[in-house]
Amino acid sequence: MSEIKNFLYVNRKAPYGTVYALESLEVVLIGAAFDQDVSLIFMDDGVFQIKKDQNTEASGLKNFSPTYNALGDYDVNKIYVEKESLEARGMTIDDLMPLTYEDEDDDWAEKSSIRMVSADEIRDLMEESDVVLSF
Amino acid sequence: MPTMDVNGSAVEVDEEGYLSDINDWNKVIGAALAETEEVELTDAHWEVIDFLREYYDEYQIAPAVRVLTKAIGKKLGKDKGNSKYLYELFPYGPAKQACKIGGLPKPTGCI
Repeated sequence: MSEIKNFLYVNRKAPYGTVYALESLEVVLIGAAFDQDVSLIFMDDGVFQIKKDQNTEASGLKNFSPTYNALGDYDVNKIYVEKESLEARGMTIDDLMPLTYEDEDDDWAEKSSIRMVSADEIRDLMEESDVVLSF
Repeated sequence: MPTMDVNGSAVEVDEEGYLSDINDWNKVIGAALAETEEVELTDAHWEVIDFLREYYDEYQIAPAVRVLTKAIGKKLGKDKGNSKYLYELFPYGPAKQACKIGGLPKPTGCI
């Protein structure tokens, strides 16, 4: 058996305008397909990546935000959002997409994947991870 | 850009034979793509292809095979949500072949 590592993906940029958000999402899905343990952090402008009701029509870019809803199917259910970043942008958890997963180890209920954390907790998450990738 | 001949009209495909524009797709083109994969389409095949197209519509991605297997099990029943059943239908990879026939891009995470 191959070794399972803890991968932490740190998303800090707005979803459109640069390719970082989409690239990160694709790498996350590929990593998860290979049975790695995957966690995501959204902080700074990265919190906009999982904002609900995105509409890219005027920009002519593809709205890839529906793909975040597939993360639960890929067993990616540790999605950390930095409180300070949300607050600084006048947002709350209700402004984010309700990302969920089905708890196969427990009662098979749909549960929220989103966990609000402080900057201090993010530091701990980074220390605990084997691999940290920043986008 | 390479093309594929379907009943006399040219359809754009990529180097690996995947449809270039998902909006070009219809069941006739699907059948022609199946021929290139040497898959004989039955209702059981279409069930998986239709499922994949719906999944793409909702999530904007073609799922990896592990995710597909699980999702099919949930939607169509446990007897269909397993590798054996899906590989019998699509011997060269259910996600890869069914996506191609359904006019979807190559699954993310498929190498």
